[in-house]
Amino acid sequence: MESISSLWWAVIGSGIYHGINPGMGWPLAVSAALMNNKRSSLFTALGMLAFGHLLAMLSILLPFSLMTALAKHERELRIGAGVLVILMGIYLLINRKHPRFLSRVHPARLALWSFLAAMAHGAGLMLVPIYLGICATADSGHLAAQSIISGNVFNAITVGITHTLAMIFSGGVIALVTYYWLGLRFVSKTWFNLDIVWAISLVIVGVTAIFTSM
Amino acid sequence: MAIRPDETFHATAQLAMQAPVEKYGFTVMLSPDGAQSDGIAVVDLDESSSTYGQIVHQVIVPNKGDEFHHFGWNACSSSLSPLTGHAFLERRYLIVPGIRSSRIYIIDVKEPLKAKIHKTIEPEELFAKTGYSRPHTIHCGPEGIYVSTLGGGGEDGTDGPPGIFIMDCETFEIIGRYEMDRGPQDKHYDFWWNLPQDYMVSSEWGLPPQFENGIVAEDLLSNKYGHSIHFWDLRKRKNVQTIDLGENHQMALEIRPAHDPKKSYGFCGVVVDTTNLQGAIFTWWRDDDGKWQAKKTITIDPQPADPDDLPELLKGFSAVPPLVTDIDLSLDDKFLYVACWGTGEMHQYDVSDPMNPVLAGKVELGGIVKDTKHPNGEDFAFGPQMVEVSRDGSRVYWTNSLYSTWDDQFYPDDEGGQMVMARANESGGLELDKHFYIDFPKGYRSHQIRLEGGDCSTDSFCYPNV
Repeated sequence: MESISSLWWAVIGSGIYHGINPGMGWPLAVSAALMNNKRSSLFTALGMLAFGHLLAMLSILLPFSLMTALAKHERELRIGAGVLVILMGIYLLINRKHPRFLSRVHPARLALWSFLAAMAHGAGLMLVPIYLGICATADSGHLAAQSIISGNVFNAITVGITHTLAMIFSGGVIALVTYYWLGLRFVSKTWFNLDIVWAISLVIVGVTAIFTSM
Repeated sequence: MAIRPDETFHATAQLAMQAPVEKYGFTVMLSPDGAQSDGIAVVDLDESSSTYGQIVHQVIVPNKGDEFHHFGWNACSSSLSPLTGHAFLERRYLIVPGIRSSRIYIIDVKEPLKAKIHKTIEPEELFAKTGYSRPHTIHCGPEGIYVSTLGGGGEDGTDGPPGIFIMDCETFEIIGRYEMDRGPQDKHYDFWWNLPQDYMVSSEWGLPPQFENGIVAEDLLSNKYGHSIHFWDLRKRKNVQTIDLGENHQMALEIRPAHDPKKSYGFCGVVVDTTNLQGAIFTWWRDDDGKWQAKKTITIDPQPADPDDLPELLKGFSAVPPLVTDIDLSLDDKFLYVACWGTGEMHQYDVSDPMNPVLAGKVELGGIVKDTKHPNGEDFAFGPQMVEVSRDGSRVYWTNSLYSTWDDQFYPDDEGGQMVMARANESGGLELDKHFYIDFPKGYRSHQIRLEGGDCSTDSFCYPNV
């Protein structure tokens, strides 16, 4: 069983990983501030990106938190989640095309775009095995199903918020540094193609989840 | 897919201006009578090269009669928006449509001296998937590669309106029609957009029977060519407003939005005003209420001429019209170049105040009556036509052919293809470079020019200038 602190660091680490990737949206915050000639637009845009991302995390995590009520099937659930994450990773490895519907979203609807982008890339899915690991570390053997659920729902929300805060903090710092000091040249300079790395990370998280639940 | 964004993608127009200058140009080689196959000439533009100003490679296609006209890149600076997920495309392929055959060639120019055909899309595929024909303007954008067409379905392209279709930017598969609600739009020519502000503007030339066999004088004099511009909600694919520039403003062609996406204005060139033979530029802009407006901000007068010096078509007017056939806006949104194909002039306007353009420079070359020679003493067939400005704004390249059958009507005695370059002064002023003069291989005319790494009519920027 993983230690609880390493699991929380994984939640934060994956948030930073999302946040610094220009593809997840921080350049849009810089753009918003420049388009509107208002510094505050940068923070509004970051807020919208964060909101969409959080929503995407919760819409994946919360259904799993309800399933954790089936405490005796906890192992099966963790293995199932692991398999799901692996499949998502393999799918992204095979299908390297970006979903076209993302480019139909109006450029000002950043929360919607952030939500759809996170969903399409399985960002929420990656948190599931980590989240289930956190739930498993809680000693819930003799608690009633009701309190297990409420405890795990609370965990899901905490995981989602922690991850999103890490994401928006890291992305926000880069956006601010770009806006104030480095200039827009930094957008293309910091952009690395992480598509394959991301897909492989999903597979690794899935495999780890299966092994640690055995 | 690359690991880093293409070095020729720039977040802002300002950054594109500071990028290394172009070393190659790509120019259409057009066989006007279809006797030879059309092609793309690769031109050496590296001033330190021993073959500077020469055609150093040709990609000649296997078919005849395609009629190359406009073409564009598979990817540009528009890829740098996180919204689209295309950040790692390479600017590598030229999408070259034949406006007579409706065939589309994808040409790989990664190594310019070894440029070659990568893929060919046959006309039948285009007809079947879109119901459009005669593909024309290319722009890379949010959903892939957008291509405007001049014709609808059927033999003469009048079965249904022409429009825009979308191609996949990686596989070059034709995806389908762009429009979900075209409103009153029933003709097509050019289009361009402002990506962050999410609008697109399109223009009108005429339907295929009005241009393929030459200009139809009766249609022109009865104002039947296009005279409206259309404003679209880009991502909703919906025509939100149509502005009729007035039916006498025949052929509203090139659309040039300001490159800085913070600005909500642009220009459109009108070939001829049938009431007075003037050429015109309209400035269009979005007002405070969000409505689109357009106002004529430049007029160019016709020049009196002896009917003996004029082709059949113009004899009755005793004047030569400027014929504004192409315009191009420098990346700093400061200078608008206006080709007067009839009178043989290239105008440079300072459009720092887009509502009050000021003539800043002018070059005379070719022309129906004046037929001005190049400073090197050589002839220039036809007049200045397709114009392309270097990213840094210092070099202005142009060629001379308008459209095969129209060249023959307006310039019955001319033949040949030339590409020239003028140097632009930072504070205004334009002067032909005596040493830059490319005479195209015999039997070929020249048309659109694309510059390696992007130019002033290809790249769309997703971030405002600072």
